Amino acid sequence: MMAFNLAFRNLLGAGLRTWLNVIVLSFSFVIIIWTKGLLQGWDRQARHDMIKWEIGGGQYWHASYDPYDPFTLSDSHGAIPEGLAAIASDTSIVPVLIAQGTIFPAGRMQSVLIKGIPPEQKILALPTEKLVSADNDIPAIIGSSMAENTRLGEGDYVTLRWRDRNGTFDATEIRIAGLFETTVPTVDVGQVWIPLEKLREMMLLPGEATVLIAGELTGEVSVTDEWVFKDHKTLLADIEQIIKAKGSMGVIIWGILLLLAMLAVFDTQVFSIFRRQKEIGTYVALGMTRGEVVKLFTIEGAMNSVLAAAVGAIYGIPLLTLQAVNGISIPVKSSDYGLAMAEKLYPVYSIGLIAGTVLIVMLVTTIVSYWPSRKIARLNPTEALRGRMQ
Amino acid sequence: MKRLIALIIFITGYLSLNAQYPDAKKLLERIDQNMSSENRVFSSSMIIHGRRTTHTVKLRTWTAGEEKSFTEYLFPVREQGTKMLKLEDQLWIYSPSTDRIIQIAGHMLRQSVMGSDLSYEDLMEDNKLTDQYNAKVTGTETVDGHQCWVIELTAFVTEIAYHGKKLWVDQERNIPLKEEMYAKSGTLLKRTELSDIQRINERWYPKKIVFRDMLKEGDGTEFIIDEIEFNVPIEDHIFSKASLKK
Repeated sequence: MMAFNLAFRNLLGAGLRTWLNVIVLSFSFVIIIWTKGLLQGWDRQARHDMIKWEIGGGQYWHASYDPYDPFTLSDSHGAIPEGLAAIASDTSIVPVLIAQGTIFPAGRMQSVLIKGIPPEQKILALPTEKLVSADNDIPAIIGSSMAENTRLGEGDYVTLRWRDRNGTFDATEIRIAGLFETTVPTVDVGQVWIPLEKLREMMLLPGEATVLIAGELTGEVSVTDEWVFKDHKTLLADIEQIIKAKGSMGVIIWGILLLLAMLAVFDTQVFSIFRRQKEIGTYVALGMTRGEVVKLFTIEGAMNSVLAAAVGAIYGIPLLTLQAVNGISIPVKSSDYGLAMAEKLYPVYSIGLIAGTVLIVMLVTTIVSYWPSRKIARLNPTEALRGRMQ
Repeated sequence: MKRLIALIIFITGYLSLNAQYPDAKKLLERIDQNMSSENRVFSSSMIIHGRRTTHTVKLRTWTAGEEKSFTEYLFPVREQGTKMLKLEDQLWIYSPSTDRIIQIAGHMLRQSVMGSDLSYEDLMEDNKLTDQYNAKVTGTETVDGHQCWVIELTAFVTEIAYHGKKLWVDQERNIPLKEEMYAKSGTLLKRTELSDIQRINERWYPKKIVFRDMLKEGDGTEFIIDEIEFNVPIEDHIFSKASLKK
């Protein structure tokens, strides 16, 4: 305890030098917590939005379906397996049929994925109720990014061309019955949603689907080899990989910050030991072992991180809380790059994140403080007492 | 009695009207005789008019029926040496820049060739109309000063790109001068205009075809036959994967 008191007094006694170290170290604390919180917030938002808009409680994919290869689409469809047909009828499973098509907004040609979905579905947040139409026309819903790219609006008609299961061309006008705003580009960009039965009729594929989306509580039901269940882990793997990659970038940035702070601490320690040789000699003369003096200097250095945590908390807590409440606006519409990212991100700061960061910084500071202090163990106390350079 | 006379007049009128038109099936056979062949070897230029730019592609193609086709890009320089082999519904593409052969599923055949209004199917297949369509002559019209029969075709096979077609067939040379392709719904999808009709051996053949996708804006794609030979011996190795890397 004495070592702590002494170390604390010495530290405060160093004045401006200590506070400069503390402020630099506190920046590291706050920035590390902020960047990690931001990524955690993005991760949580992306998972939540993808489950809500696209993947539900998991998906059954037709064995031939490969979302990265549109040329497989003409073969990747099949009848809903018996094991799921019963629950599909009570909307616990949403069958989606996917086909390739082309739209011609204002004479321009644009390839699209035509997705057929039951208008009565409740699993996904897509406003499919707008696909109910009493008229003979084909109602369609599109996302806001798609609407922006094609300059289509609600009530507009556009020509849709597709090829049925035999490869025969067909074309008709579809009516944009509604637009939706989503942060999940994989249900928006280059996609047109129309009623499932209409698409089945157009493609000559009655009762068939490409993907079966399960509700949150449906879980995996054993079905034939023709259908493969994809759980959240698989379906969210891409976004998790991207966030992980961004996290690695973050590590580099806060590694540099931490390095700068540690350089300052290291420098201070070296300087202290050089300047305070008489003091070290006095400690030994008064009966402290060299180990105890090393401990004192190490604690002194490590206490920089304790003070930095306190100072960081003073300005960091209000700042980070404000961002967690109001969110951070993303300047560019990131969904244009194919990432599930909202226009505003709300960072999430978990207890684990804060405690982990504080612990890591303290540990690193302690090691950095101990490193130059080892020199004390090699000092000759009488020479030190005389203040001679060693 | 009046009704009977009216009926007789109607039937006689209908029969005499139809008698003016030739048998549509025979007409299709005559078109096939001109347009189709057991095999053909040709060099062509494709002038693709985009929204902002126009570019030209030169090709040399060997085709045998609807199953086998081999095409080599001669121009532009960056595409020179690219080769495509089609055997039934499989397509292989060789790119000299990567020195690799890529096999592409049959669906690729439905895609556009280098942004043109032609699909690989259009470019590489030679299907006989009589094998795919029922025909009906519906009238006569003049196209580019030539008196033409107007024929409406409806597909009787299921696996076909265009369910319906309309042809304007030159009455003297039995060759279409204009063609329209329709979707199942009846929507007009493509229009082709055939011109520069020349006598090649025993047949009439168009040296210039302009393809237009009617759903999009643009001036379409001009397909010009620079040189063509029909029913010449083509060695088997041409239609093998080994020839892609040669």
